[in-house]
Amino acid sequence: MSDIHARRRGGFLENTLEGLRLAMERALYAETSASRSGLLQGVDPRVKTAGLLALVISVALAARLWTIAAVLLLAVALALLSAIPLRLVASRAWMGALFFSGMIAAPALFLTPGTSLYGLPITLQGARTAGFLVLRAEAAATLMLLLVYTTPWAHVLKALRIFRVPVVFVVILGMTCRYILVMLETAHEMFESRKSRTVNAMTAAEQRRLAVSGSGVLLGKTMQLSGEVYLAMQARGFRGEVFLLEDFRMKRTDWFALAGFAVAASLFIWAGR
Amino acid sequence: MHIPDGYLSPATCATFYAGCIPFWRVALGRVKKVMHSRQIPLLSLFAAFSFVVMMFNLPLPGGTTGHATGIGLATVVMGPWAAMLAVSVALVVQALFFGDGGVTAIGANCFNMAIAGSLVAYAVYRLLAGRSALGSARRVVAAGLAGYAAINVSALLAAVEFGIQPIFYKDATGAPLYCPYPLSVAIPAMMIGHLTIAGLAELAVTSGVVAFLQRSDLSLLRATAGKFTYAAQALAPAAARPLRALWAGLAALLVLTPLGILAAGSAWGEWMASDYASPAARAQIAAASFNHVAPRSVPQGLERLASVWTAPFARYAPPYIRGAGFGYLLSAMFGAGLIVLVCMMLGRFTRSAARIGPEAT
Repeated sequence: MSDIHARRRGGFLENTLEGLRLAMERALYAETSASRSGLLQGVDPRVKTAGLLALVISVALAARLWTIAAVLLLAVALALLSAIPLRLVASRAWMGALFFSGMIAAPALFLTPGTSLYGLPITLQGARTAGFLVLRAEAAATLMLLLVYTTPWAHVLKALRIFRVPVVFVVILGMTCRYILVMLETAHEMFESRKSRTVNAMTAAEQRRLAVSGSGVLLGKTMQLSGEVYLAMQARGFRGEVFLLEDFRMKRTDWFALAGFAVAASLFIWAGR
Repeated sequence: MHIPDGYLSPATCATFYAGCIPFWRVALGRVKKVMHSRQIPLLSLFAAFSFVVMMFNLPLPGGTTGHATGIGLATVVMGPWAAMLAVSVALVVQALFFGDGGVTAIGANCFNMAIAGSLVAYAVYRLLAGRSALGSARRVVAAGLAGYAAINVSALLAAVEFGIQPIFYKDATGAPLYCPYPLSVAIPAMMIGHLTIAGLAELAVTSGVVAFLQRSDLSLLRATAGKFTYAAQALAPAAARPLRALWAGLAALLVLTPLGILAAGSAWGEWMASDYASPAARAQIAAASFNHVAPRSVPQGLERLASVWTAPFARYAPPYIRGAGFGYLLSAMFGAGLIVLVCMMLGRFTRSAARIGPEAT
């Protein structure tokens, strides 16, 4: 579904460069935002990860629309208390979720069998199911945005250990996050240098060739970099065993936060039955 | 194809998380055995590569763009187990940090794309690539079709997961709680886009990058090539092996040709002029032609042209051979030999023309 996009204005190079720039900007903004002072920024990453995921699960379990709306309201309140501007939440989470889920949910208004709503060609059941889809997507996207904008990404990954995720998987995830930035920058430089040498509009076939050869070159660079990283790891004493510096310490406020999340999630799960 | 939060029930999500765990465990074990500690940076970097490649939007016919998921490419370069892990890592990072795909649906997304996708891509690639040389065009086609099959199987699984939701999960008013579309809607809705646009993008990128690697760094295709043949050594045995099988098949068919005598009557429309005078043959013609009775006299045109050429082996029964079975076999040997001779002459002619061509220019 997300593999297909309507063609945006501008050429292939411009669109690809813009996409790469946005991804880098998003990743870098998350690090800046996580270092601000705010309610969630001060909470232990393990508590935050577990608590926000528990709220996502309560959203998934809810069979009543108002409980999902209540979780969304709680998420908005947490965003405001954590110095995350609502404009950012709207542009990074709400718009995307609304566009995608709205597109999927709209036909359900007419296709779902049930009782007609105010004589319109839509059904009550269709409206409810569309509401479930859109509200769930909005609430879950907001909660996840809260997590990644109030916690350094490396800490989010380390916190996954509380779910018994193997250490080696956490390390691979961490390195992936690190090298996504490197690869994004490499790809950006590749396409920017090509753009600077392109004086005429490219045909669709030329654009396809460029995308394919760009992918091939990037793959070659990936393998080369992988070899270099491995040598660097060996030079620093890596012998195949991975360890994590688990330096998280629970404070009194973290226990309160944990209790708060537990109560809220339990309440929403109970109310949403 | 990244399923967001809210489209699948928690029970479905939990089932897929549980379904992924054994595959991840086996994949980690197998990758450790094969690649040792080198796996960690390789998997991380390949996951990062998959993530970035998904941002290259390919212009496609019809004014749309599509991007590859990299499943086929990861499988062709690293093998199914390592690809399974690398694509899973990319999907986890996308869901956690970039909002592409839901956190509750990570299990389902990983199962559809990373696990089923990689295994399907590997099976298709190995099946189609066979023992062909690493630099052969067959491998390019095999890789492209592997990517195409992988993305479509992943899409089909996602469609089935969507489609079963309204069967099981409804609220008190009867409104579906999760994805509302039944299988009859979900499957065509997902598959039309993936069989055409998204599949095409995957096919183009996977085959294109493999073709690129064949020219730039052939060693990257070695891990999944199996018992491949080097281009220089490949020609003689690879060419001889299928020919041997063909010769054996031809010989077997020749031996079996007398079985043709067991079939009664003539094939429809292959009647001879003399058949029109025979009551038994006329009855067969009528039975085979929806009871349309053949004219009593031989059609004039047929009578005139039938005598223009008299074949030496008329009706596969040379007049100088008494045994019908042996006559049939002899006819088959003569016919097959003639065809082989003509083909060999044509082959010799085209080869000599190709040798002359470049020198002449």
